[in-house]
Amino acid sequence: MTVIMDRRSVLLAAGALIVTFGVVPERARAQTAAPQKSVSPDRVEGFLAIDHDGKVTVYSGKVDLGTGVRTALTQIVAEELDVPMSQVAIIEGDTALTPDQGTTSGSYSIERGGMQLRRAAATARQALLRKAAADLEVELSSVLVQDGVVRASNGQEIPIGQLVSGDSLAIDVDPNAPEKRVSEYTIVGKPVARLDIPQKVNGRFTYMQDFKLPGMLHGRVIRPSGIGSKLISYEESSISDIPGIVRVVRLGNFLGVVAETEWSAVKAAQQLTVTWSRWEGLPDQTQLWEHVRNTRIVHDDVLSNVGSSASAMAVTPRKLSATYDFAIQTHGSIGPSCAVASFSEGAVTCWTASQATHNLRKQLAAMLELSDAKVRCVYVEGAGCYGRNGHEDAAADAALLARAVGSPVRVQWMRADEHGWDPKGPPTLLDMRAGINQGHELVAWESELFIPQGGPTLVELVGAGLAGLKDLSQLSPGGVLNDLAIPYTFPNVKTTAHRLESTPLKPSWIRSPGRLQNTFANESFMDEIAAELHADPLEYRLEHLDDRRGNELLERLATLSNWRARPQPDRSAHVVTGRGLAYVKYELVRTYVGAVAEVRINRKTGEIAVQRFYIAHDCGQIVNPDGLRNQIEGCIVQTVSRVLKEEVTFDHAMVTSLDWATYPILTFPEVPDVVIDLIDRPNEPPWGGGEPACAVVPAAIGNAIFEATGARLRSMPFTPAKVKPALNWL
Amino acid sequence: MAATVLNVNGRMESVTIADPDTPLLYVLRNELGLRGPRFGCGLGQCGACTVLIDGEAARSCVTPLSSVGASNVVTLEGLGSDADPHPLQQAFIDEQAVQCGYCINGMIMQSAALLRRKAKPSDQEIKQELANNLCRCGTHLRIVRAVRRAAGL
Repeated sequence: MTVIMDRRSVLLAAGALIVTFGVVPERARAQTAAPQKSVSPDRVEGFLAIDHDGKVTVYSGKVDLGTGVRTALTQIVAEELDVPMSQVAIIEGDTALTPDQGTTSGSYSIERGGMQLRRAAATARQALLRKAAADLEVELSSVLVQDGVVRASNGQEIPIGQLVSGDSLAIDVDPNAPEKRVSEYTIVGKPVARLDIPQKVNGRFTYMQDFKLPGMLHGRVIRPSGIGSKLISYEESSISDIPGIVRVVRLGNFLGVVAETEWSAVKAAQQLTVTWSRWEGLPDQTQLWEHVRNTRIVHDDVLSNVGSSASAMAVTPRKLSATYDFAIQTHGSIGPSCAVASFSEGAVTCWTASQATHNLRKQLAAMLELSDAKVRCVYVEGAGCYGRNGHEDAAADAALLARAVGSPVRVQWMRADEHGWDPKGPPTLLDMRAGINQGHELVAWESELFIPQGGPTLVELVGAGLAGLKDLSQLSPGGVLNDLAIPYTFPNVKTTAHRLESTPLKPSWIRSPGRLQNTFANESFMDEIAAELHADPLEYRLEHLDDRRGNELLERLATLSNWRARPQPDRSAHVVTGRGLAYVKYELVRTYVGAVAEVRINRKTGEIAVQRFYIAHDCGQIVNPDGLRNQIEGCIVQTVSRVLKEEVTFDHAMVTSLDWATYPILTFPEVPDVVIDLIDRPNEPPWGGGEPACAVVPAAIGNAIFEATGARLRSMPFTPAKVKPALNWL
Repeated sequence: MAATVLNVNGRMESVTIADPDTPLLYVLRNELGLRGPRFGCGLGQCGACTVLIDGEAARSCVTPLSSVGASNVVTLEGLGSDADPHPLQQAFIDEQAVQCGYCINGMIMQSAALLRRKAKPSDQEIKQELANNLCRCGTHLRIVRAVRRAAGL
């Protein structure tokens, strides 16, 4: 086996080496396996270290999932400390080194993680200035930092590295430390080129899937034939012809094989004769929505309650009602989940692409019956995950196999493991009702969401579940209640979530969880109401928004897209085009996005081509405009894929969409143009940009189809099999 | 076990592999330490593992070692170097045409095969060439722009 250990791998393999920059007072301590570094989010040295050469190391609990946030976080720290970006290195998601800043999800990496770093850097800068003023015997007001050098008004200079001694950053983060004036920014707000791209295009980047350790073995898992199947037996003799098999590992219903080479492990996992018990506990997929509606409700969450929608609805002469559904979908990472685990002296280190290494540590510790202190999780970037996919599960698999064989083990899932066993975006059902009075005004809005109980907590580790080990998990569909409440000012509103006891496939969050499904229903239903009232969809929204930024955004969207009055559908042509609009204020407190979609529909085949998306986007202060555009383009294209194509299929035993042929995603010829208007508000706090733009995509497309054809599509995805009957029904 | 000699990135490499059915991908990654070609599906569906074999784009995850013979194999690493990147690599940097980047090997290698056949492809031809290369992040628009830029369009 070839062991590749480039600089990054060495750093990752021995986190301690990283801190030879001078973080740790005694050099000797840097040689120990678990550096004694503060990981407190309340301490400057939790986040930052500066060595004597002025090199800055950032310790970030938020990680780059392929979104470019590493570059943006580096911009923020470099700006606030006033050092060149080339002087800043960033360590991400290492439980021994980085503060727990929560899961990297929900477009919070800049809004929360970045602002923690900004405050830490502002505190550090203030401490350095104080030290410099004292050393130079000048007033604090007469010193400033420029390009990593403190300069006094009398011409004296000290590089910041020379101001740092052992414990000079061992201070509390001061939430009131003066932050740099926006007017002085030179790095934040600029389209800085991403730090990782050169290595990603020349094959030098170390992805999780590239990570290797000396003496590392290769593991593959063999999953049950049905989700609840029990392992009856397996025949080791069935793989006796494969060279280099180290061990078949069984723990309850967990089954894996470890081999000296990767291909032997792959072959053995395919070839091993295994008998599983028959299990057929999944509902009939053709009856999925009846199943969801009939699942026991454990409690209700009322998300908004304005006036009295029930009494208003009782007396309105005109009522609209509609039911929307959104299919089960999968994350679909292009690189299947992967992890490496290594045990030494009763402790385990796990290299993982997990979006939440601190949470994973707790789960692995519970599963292995170790204390948290005996588990270290080190983030290594993998393929994009778009939420809680299988990375954590691969980590559990690697840990179980490594413990069994006593050597470091790398596990990479096969494609069918990923499509079959990563947790899914749950099926989502929404009932919408509106009451319209005699004055043609909407006076009551009601919605009922049917969604599994739970929030964005800990998703069960597949390996722990199969092996019958504990892992602290619970049903965790994500923050699915967000954006069920609406941004519009109607006199009577009630939005209610019925929390279901269970859901057919283990759920988790996929990019814009809940916000996507709820905004699909809300913004489609707004379009239904506008059509019913013969109102322009844009004008109608503007009339019912009491929000300066929201109004401005919609007006800019109208200009960007050349918005015009809705034409009557042309029912004679075979190929028709239409435009649809949708709007969201993310979680009602964050990023604003408005979209206009242009679509073309073939009335004969039911095929939909999304031709263009116009997007107006306001996430406050923009840290990296090109990075933000990249994310918005990704949001649109990925969500168009989800809207047009994606649905997990299953029989009574198991997921059956186990590859890209059975779970197709959008391809190059099908990708729309995306035209973006970024509204930069440098003096406002930065909000998220990684996922809000997803939320407007489904309704914008559905509303465009309505404009083109008069058909209202309420069931996701909009495949020809669904579109064609809807057109024929007209 | 006999040694197999492969011509990879212009160098003759000798590897000792027990199973001649071993896909080329595993040999490139694990025996020769190359990281450009990546495992995505093992089914030839996604394109993350793409290499050039005698100038044609090939899915290394479904190419048995035994079928490679004396063919000329080029991986992402063999296209260009840090100091002298291939025009496609430079164009992907210039257009910032990467998100997670896991698929990007395939995008560049497939496009390299296209540009060998046709120096100035239309947008339609670029999209058609990449129709069987999957990107989950939604970087498609930038990727097309990067290929266009590399072609001097």
